Amino acid sequence: MQQIIFFFIRNKNSLLFAVLFTISVALTVQSHNYHNDKFISSANFITGGIFTFRNNITDYLNLGKENEQLLQENLMLRKKLDQFKEVINIEKLDSTVLPNKFTYFTARVINNNYSKTKNQLTLDKGQNDSIKNDLGVISSKGIVGIVSQVSENYATVQSILNTQSRINAKLKNSGDFGSLKWDTKNPNVVQLIDIPRIAKIKVGDTIVTGGRSTIFPEGILIGTIKDFQLDNDENYYYVNIDLFNDMTSLEHVYIIENKEAQEILELEKAVEDVEQ
Amino acid sequence: MSNSDILINIVRFILLVFLQVLLLNNVNLAGYINPYLYILFIILYPLDGNKGLLIFLSFLLGLFIDIFQDSGGVHAAACTFIAYIRPVVLKYSFGVSYEYNSVKIKKANPMERLTYIASLVFMHHFVMFSLEIFSAKHILLLLKSTLFSGIFTIVLIVCTMILFNRKSS
Repeated sequence: MQQIIFFFIRNKNSLLFAVLFTISVALTVQSHNYHNDKFISSANFITGGIFTFRNNITDYLNLGKENEQLLQENLMLRKKLDQFKEVINIEKLDSTVLPNKFTYFTARVINNNYSKTKNQLTLDKGQNDSIKNDLGVISSKGIVGIVSQVSENYATVQSILNTQSRINAKLKNSGDFGSLKWDTKNPNVVQLIDIPRIAKIKVGDTIVTGGRSTIFPEGILIGTIKDFQLDNDENYYYVNIDLFNDMTSLEHVYIIENKEAQEILELEKAVEDVEQ
Repeated sequence: MSNSDILINIVRFILLVFLQVLLLNNVNLAGYINPYLYILFIILYPLDGNKGLLIFLSFLLGLFIDIFQDSGGVHAAACTFIAYIRPVVLKYSFGVSYEYNSVKIKKANPMERLTYIASLVFMHHFVMFSLEIFSAKHILLLLKSTLFSGIFTIVLIVCTMILFNRKSS
């Protein structure tokens, strides 16, 4: 017994190291799994507070650019509204009774990283603002990511610049589907895989979200085709996409909630259960 | 360790964490190169200080950075590792004389000092990036990140040490 105690005392540093190192590696492995309940996340009271404090200061530096973007978006929305008015008689329409599948929230990005392989953003909205896991996040220019963790007042977002992100996307012209992933090389370029060989594609084509997932509505802008090649089996295209979004300078974003997501997922699960 | 040493280390710990998360994590030179100056705490920790305490403090230091970065435990693991390996690095950088407490990191011969800093920085970066990237496919990215971020960190650490040495003397 004494021997054992002496052994522990003699090697206490090594043991301490082993224990702490194991804890760190365990935390790392856990963080590589897509939103399990993480213990360590920047969506908490202290870090969120500090990031908000920093953003209150640095926000002023980008005000000019932000205003410019908002103006452009307003312009685009106005144009769409005008087109809409032309098509239907607006007097008969009451917007409160329109079927409204998607709800939008606004949020501010208080922390953004894009230099790692698994990038996350932190937003200043959380459960108190009825934000939940698995909601889509977009900016005025295009897609940003998916909410992966929520605390009372903050939320973290798994960016599209994350090797674990897979987002359903399609070619705007031909409607062929593929999934979006990132090869970590350039924060402005993402990859679209699984586009079948028979699809007609050319450089400069627009890529939008596919609408096959319950997260994003159909037709949210993603980017344009930069170049493409056939993959090793020569059955699918491997497409590089220039993002419309500048992922390195995000300030204001929109969070999208699909009110029917729950219903769709439950139905799909019920069908799967029957098949098993 | 004297009382003033303890105070200096506490202040250094807090300052380095804030500097790292508020400023240095956003440098992103050429898209992916960031300096990790906060390990200066481990480098400058008193040579006669308690080794167990250093390992524990390094773990905490790394964990704080991880919480801000949403990176799981990669910084914690890397910091714990270099804190544990530090006595070995000290021995081969400064020779056996360090064991008799005759060496002061700030006053040692520049070449020996650089060996010491560079070894710790590269080990830290290698462990950190391999855990963060976590895939054999991106081995080139791992080596590139380690090399460039490492050089950046070393330059920054040496500059900081020169700057603060001048002030105190």
